[in-house]
Amino acid sequence: MNRRDFLQVAGLSTGAFLLADRAVFGRSVAPEALLEPGVDVAVKKRLADAALNAAKSKGASYTDVRIGRYLRQFVITREDKVQNIVNTESYGVGVRVIVDGCWGFAAVVDAKNEDQTAKAAEEAVAIAKANARLLKQPVQLAPQKGFGEVSWKAPIRKNAFEVPIKEKVDLLLTVNDAALKNGANYVNSVLFMVNEQKYFASSDGSYIDQDIHRMWPTFTVTAIDPKTGKFETRSELSAPMGMGYDYLQVNPSDKITGITTRYNKGYDMLEDVTAAAKHAKQKLTAKSVEAGKYDLVLDPSHLWLTIHESVGHPLELDRVLGYEANFAGTSFATLDKWKSKNFNYGSKQVNLFADKTQVGSLGAVGWDDEGVACKQWDLVKDGTLVNYQAIRDQVHIIGENESQGCCYADSWSSVQFQRMANVSLAAGKTPLSVEQMIKDVKKGIYIIGDGSFSIDQQRYNFQFGGQLFYEIKDGQIAGMLKDVAYQSNTQEFWNSCVQICDDRDYRLGGSFFDGKGQPMQVSAVSHGSSTTRFNGVNVINTARKI
Amino acid sequence: MAILTKDEAKKLLDKVLGYSKADEMSVTLNGNRTGNIRYARNNVSTSGETDNLSLAVTAVFGKKVGSATINEFDDQSLEKTVRRAEETARLAPENPEYVPMLGPQKYIETGAYAESTAKINPEFRAQAAFDSIDPCSKKNLTAAGYMEDRAGFSAIANNKGLFGYNPVTSVDFSVTTRTADGTGSGYASRDFNDVSKLSTKEATEVAMNKALASTNAKALEPGKYTVILEPTAASDLIGLMMNSLDARNAEEGRSFLSRKGGGTRLGEKFFDERITIYSDPANVEIPGSPFTGGGGGRFGGGGVDGRPQEKTLWVENGIIKNMSYSRYWAQKNNVKAVPPSGGFIMQGGNQSLLDLIKSTQKGILVTRFWYIRAVDPQTLLYTGLTRDGTFLIENGQIKYPVKNFRFNESPVIMLNNVEALGKPVRAGGVLIPPMKIRDFTFSSLSDAV
Repeated sequence: MNRRDFLQVAGLSTGAFLLADRAVFGRSVAPEALLEPGVDVAVKKRLADAALNAAKSKGASYTDVRIGRYLRQFVITREDKVQNIVNTESYGVGVRVIVDGCWGFAAVVDAKNEDQTAKAAEEAVAIAKANARLLKQPVQLAPQKGFGEVSWKAPIRKNAFEVPIKEKVDLLLTVNDAALKNGANYVNSVLFMVNEQKYFASSDGSYIDQDIHRMWPTFTVTAIDPKTGKFETRSELSAPMGMGYDYLQVNPSDKITGITTRYNKGYDMLEDVTAAAKHAKQKLTAKSVEAGKYDLVLDPSHLWLTIHESVGHPLELDRVLGYEANFAGTSFATLDKWKSKNFNYGSKQVNLFADKTQVGSLGAVGWDDEGVACKQWDLVKDGTLVNYQAIRDQVHIIGENESQGCCYADSWSSVQFQRMANVSLAAGKTPLSVEQMIKDVKKGIYIIGDGSFSIDQQRYNFQFGGQLFYEIKDGQIAGMLKDVAYQSNTQEFWNSCVQICDDRDYRLGGSFFDGKGQPMQVSAVSHGSSTTRFNGVNVINTARKI
Repeated sequence: MAILTKDEAKKLLDKVLGYSKADEMSVTLNGNRTGNIRYARNNVSTSGETDNLSLAVTAVFGKKVGSATINEFDDQSLEKTVRRAEETARLAPENPEYVPMLGPQKYIETGAYAESTAKINPEFRAQAAFDSIDPCSKKNLTAAGYMEDRAGFSAIANNKGLFGYNPVTSVDFSVTTRTADGTGSGYASRDFNDVSKLSTKEATEVAMNKALASTNAKALEPGKYTVILEPTAASDLIGLMMNSLDARNAEEGRSFLSRKGGGTRLGEKFFDERITIYSDPANVEIPGSPFTGGGGGRFGGGGVDGRPQEKTLWVENGIIKNMSYSRYWAQKNNVKAVPPSGGFIMQGGNQSLLDLIKSTQKGILVTRFWYIRAVDPQTLLYTGLTRDGTFLIENGQIKYPVKNFRFNESPVIMLNNVEALGKPVRAGGVLIPPMKIRDFTFSSLSDAV
């Protein structure tokens, strides 16, 4: 599941909204409750210690305790109407143990006293003991030093929950009005805001208190031509960010001007929706693409999703090993390819790295959900596959003795497991602007924004659409195209990468709702890149008659 | 604790409604016990069980709607929740599309609850996993699977006298088996309300046979092929179309059912005349919910919806017979507010999958599709890939496994290119026949196994 699927699942695309019924979001609360302090950190330590001690006394060789308070607010509108305002809170404690070499997990909702957390720990031990009977290989947990009592706070300038709901509603209704005045027939807009207050304690001696914020302003405008019966849409060019409401407070330096304005660490929703309405109308009469090979110039607002699907997922070690075989799938990037040290993932220009540290990214935290300090590491170096994403019980398989710190659970009630870190394409080392890149393209398409996406279960063959497509002829933008999708194969695609703009153009895109696991858990992850050129990619025409 | 009887649920809901000071109030109570077991690499990886009982209150003043939820059930907590919903409603912006709540309704009993499923315990789940893993281990195949069972109920009530109660059980099982060298993969899935119909061993054997038969797949040129879609493959694509029958979208001009020049294509012949699709909550194979809005109806329209689900014809002999309506949109257009269906039944013939294969000179057998995503909502064009068992059929026989394809196809075009429909079976919560379709568009090849 990805972000547009989530909108589909949530019924946003048709106006109904079922989000608050999803158990994962917890109970609905008054907006003021989102600003109330949670359980005091000293109390959390007592709750955690009770669980750690109980598990140890029952025979656990390792224990971690996650005390989580998850706050969410969604403001949802269409045209001149507020459709819904959702405020939810979910609080509870999850305890994970190793007993006799086997994992066990139990969780308790609304735990406020030590008896409750100790009981959860005992249940986790009982489950581990039951599972141990079927165990073939005991867990090998990479050692991890304890960090003592530490904390991390997302460097936000404005907590979104401090902004009155009226101000948010006014913003969205102004945005909708601008869309309708500029040619859109319909507009849906949403503000998603999340605050995760997470406390982690482990038998390694860590007590980690973290405060994480995320924000995603989003919309879709629709333009209709009743004469032809055709309609076209254009969605936001914002990115979901690990930021507060400050993402909507834009500085001129946050804007990337060009054929249309794109955004970096600040997003002008009103400006973008105004452009979007005009784009949707323009798409109605745009030229339908002629299928064939094109050089693609891909904006970071588009390329993030291709990176996510063709690099982020296949380099998750649990997929490589087969743990996701029945759902998300396995991976073409098998261990033998990594061991060969010469698997050519992409061209020499291609450097892809994983990290949980980029400021403003969705994945940024101080420590992951098993108490490992976050860091940055290479996945593809000068085109060659060099590493995977792995957590404490996996890193021994790739010969490392320290986890990469990319373990995550979407709730106190979910078991943490390996999740994608921010995976990004390093900016080009030689100075290069988007204009200079386009100037050299003879027959190409410039794609902005993410659209339709699909990739096979081993991450070879993919197809991507977009929001905006511009034909490039002899170094000039020749006009808007529609009905564009490109198909390629991961290795072939990254080997067709010939140029990457420099770091002045580096921006983040991302997914608020990346899905994995059974039962499925969601995770938020960013992907950075600068505008990048890929030569000779197969483009299909998606127009049909029914 | 999580599963209340009809009387217990009614008593609790009446008590909550008794606290109401709002113009209108509705309450939804959902209780579930959910268990699961997951395995991969022939080992159980996780298993668990959770109980959940939650109550949602919606209060309405005029056209202002507010909701609150709770999972504590003492009198004080219940009253506090009612007050919070009322307070939220008073502060809410007016919803111009609010439609007053329904009065008492008549609901059918659907028989979706099976005691056998409600009784599933951790030992049962472990045995189900063992029955799937063991035959794979013995044949040097690797199994990854997941079973999730659920027993619960949904109860709805409002202060205009509406009350509904629906107990449901369900079990979903899926398994992927792969050859040790990774060159073959097979899949099977089953879903039932009554777990006594489920054999994880039987389903796993189907997946094992596919894995063993799909090694060393050959590459065929992409292009237009006659395909035989197994019910699992067909249900995914047809299901996406069935989720796109909203009348408002069509009338607003942004649906595949929008008509050039305005209006909709209701009543037009859209598909091959053999296509008939209906929904029926009383169907014994796929019993549905007797009412809409077991929670979700609280939003958008405001308040528990509670419309009775009844047998509804969506497509008859290729003609679009109905679209679904919100109550607001139906009232505005002065038409019956036909609710969207939970599942659907697509009529077919009497032929088995094997019969369809036997009657095929050249075609591709598709076990399942993967990563299906919308490409163009205008034409309902979707893309996705075949997965876990794709075979060439020649002269009525399966010849050899072929490499997976990416497709770009619309279910609307597909249902105009029908060669034959087999006997409907349950797959993914719907009843759907295996189907033979000509000129199905495969646009590229994938190396994925």
